[in-house]
Amino acid sequence: MGLIGYLLLAAGLFSLGVFGLVTRKNAVGVMVAVELMANAVNLNLVAFSRFHGGNTGQVFALFSIAITVAEVVVGLALVILLFRARGDVTLDLASELKE
Amino acid sequence: MLEQVAFFVVAVVMLLAAFRVVTATNLVHTVLWLGVTLGGTAVAFILLEAHFLAAIQIILYTGGVLTLMLFGVMLTQRQQGVTTVGNPSHHLPAGFVLAAAVFAMLAGAIFRTPLPNAVAQGSNTRALGVAFLTEHVLAFEALSLLLLGAVLGAIVIARRRDAGDESEIAGPAIPARRKLEIGGSR
Repeated sequence: MGLIGYLLLAAGLFSLGVFGLVTRKNAVGVMVAVELMANAVNLNLVAFSRFHGGNTGQVFALFSIAITVAEVVVGLALVILLFRARGDVTLDLASELKE
Repeated sequence: MLEQVAFFVVAVVMLLAAFRVVTATNLVHTVLWLGVTLGGTAVAFILLEAHFLAAIQIILYTGGVLTLMLFGVMLTQRQQGVTTVGNPSHHLPAGFVLAAAVFAMLAGAIFRTPLPNAVAQGSNTRALGVAFLTEHVLAFEALSLLLLGAVLGAIVIARRRDAGDESEIAGPAIPARRKLEIGGSR
């Protein structure tokens, strides 16, 4: 047990996040999937910190958490702007820049 | 022994909740299941003796991010009461194959790597605080600037512009709600 259990759990969470990232159409759903992936990475950092015998991993995890929060704030602002401009947040429909 | 049982329970709860996060059709449910996963992560942090991070996880994620996400879901509803816009049935097989491939790659790497097994002693919130204000103080201050920038940037981006403030809007608004052409140009 020990470290390997945490790593496998984080790998599972990350894979589910990848699944959500690919399958979601709604912008908020995509952001939730990204959160899931970031959370898996934090779990990995803390697990490594514990089983490596130092606390640098926890410092990194804390930075990572704060940066993820900043990302959510800016991402949601963009989603709300998208909603205001188009009336919905389906990512497949927001393809004006392609045409 | 007790720790291992706790870990298994938390791991199963987290994985099931994460599965619901990516499959639920109601986006509000998605966000609430994300809360279960993030809370489970906080419990895992406690099991890993990262008590300070567990508190931060609950305050920032379960308190802050989750609330923001709920606001995001509810502010972007098209019709009143209809939140089933998650629409997860999009590239489902491709998503499954990709997720399975990613997991196989990660698991292969995990099993092939010799893992460290030293265990840190006890709770180390004090050591964490010292590390933040001595060794990592520059990154710590830069982080505060980043957060300030993110908050101000979010306000500037999402600010509702007044009608008399036309000069700031570049061109006419994009025509809303075009129908998705199935099999159209990708």
